[in-house]
Amino acid sequence: MNNNLLSDFRKGDKKALARIITLVENETKKGMEIISELYSEGNVGYRIGITGPPGVGKSTTVNALLKELSLIDENIGIIAVDPSSPFTGGAMLGDRLRMNNSYDYENVFIRSVASRGSLGGLSAATENIAVLMERFGKNTLLIETVGVGQSELDIMEITDTVIVLLVPESGDSIQAMKAGIMEIGDIFVVNKADREGADRAVQYIKTVLSLNDKKGWIPPVIKITAKNNDNVNELVDSIKEHKNYLKTNKLLDKNRKSRKIEEVENLLRDMFIKNLKLNREKIIKSNESPYKIAMKIMNNIEKVDTEDLWKEK
Amino acid sequence: MERKIRVLIAKPGLDGHDRGAKVIVRALADAGMEVIYSGLHQTPEKIVKTAIEEDVNVIGLSILSGAHMTIFPKVLELLKTENRNDILLTGGGIIPEEDMESLMKLGIGKLFGPGSKTSETIDYIEKWYNENNK
Repeated sequence: MNNNLLSDFRKGDKKALARIITLVENETKKGMEIISELYSEGNVGYRIGITGPPGVGKSTTVNALLKELSLIDENIGIIAVDPSSPFTGGAMLGDRLRMNNSYDYENVFIRSVASRGSLGGLSAATENIAVLMERFGKNTLLIETVGVGQSELDIMEITDTVIVLLVPESGDSIQAMKAGIMEIGDIFVVNKADREGADRAVQYIKTVLSLNDKKGWIPPVIKITAKNNDNVNELVDSIKEHKNYLKTNKLLDKNRKSRKIEEVENLLRDMFIKNLKLNREKIIKSNESPYKIAMKIMNNIEKVDTEDLWKEK
Repeated sequence: MERKIRVLIAKPGLDGHDRGAKVIVRALADAGMEVIYSGLHQTPEKIVKTAIEEDVNVIGLSILSGAHMTIFPKVLELLKTENRNDILLTGGGIIPEEDMESLMKLGIGKLFGPGSKTSETIDYIEKWYNENNK
């Protein structure tokens, strides 16, 4: 299978897509070659990020969205990210458990991804997987991440619309979330709205959002009950509205271009640190201060004139 | 470069006794593997579709309903049609010894009955992986 991987991929073989994702995840040379080859060609999809604290129903919402979105086009890719244990390196990936609708559609492709210890952050691997799914022909991507720590900022970098999911009981903690999660959402959703306090939670969120003096798009706050497919169509309408807003204000392209710069930054950081680790022994042995060592390395890099880099080819 | 053993744990058929499956999911994850748990009531078709998309190395089925003589061969057959019989198909549950033997003759891996230690399963998977993945 390995030799014809790329041609099988182009023929639409799911096994080839799955295998290439593995190669890219494992940061193999072959994986990187394939992604470089596919990068500049082909389909680009619309990416929807879904994030929020554990247990708010992200996977269930993805499952419900799947049903609604597939009415428009069922060529959907799903990337479900769960954390790896920092202690054992293992991971329990259980998001598929709630995504039973996916089996109804031949063209829905789900991949569970463990965050692993990637230094470039979650975005490096996820971005590559997203690109692969797009080139494979997926027109809509749903990217689900647990909203703890850094990952929610990463998801903002690589998606077009970010949905932040909360539950009625999130109301009180919203003050605490102001600093992080409240700034990244393009759409806010109170899931499990059949429970008490949903309206109050919506009010809380609206109040917090009104404190932002961001101009332009005002994030809507929607109540849904994903488990029963309740009001999920309103969520889909909001996604469409946000997409239109990005398009009419020429932001879609702009955001995607800055995404590329961020990816290069992430990769550089990743490669740089890995390289540095190879020099560990020398750094430890050196009597110079950390600042001086850092300057020494930087001076070496700055010697390369970046103009020369782009002249080739 | 980082390589991880990816395992799919699934419960086919109608029985809902998923304690064993969950214990094994946790044990394998603690051993450093990436474990996909797809839940209850999985058909052989769903199991194979998931295994392909997730590009797993190993499938583990937990069967306590007595349907093992039907389900294991069916999953194996589907894997063959998909050209993915490089995946190790193993599992556990209430499975009589003689059935285990005839399933193994078909090409199914070691099966783990009640009282098996999780470390036995871990060792078995790791050993298989090291032998079959250069």
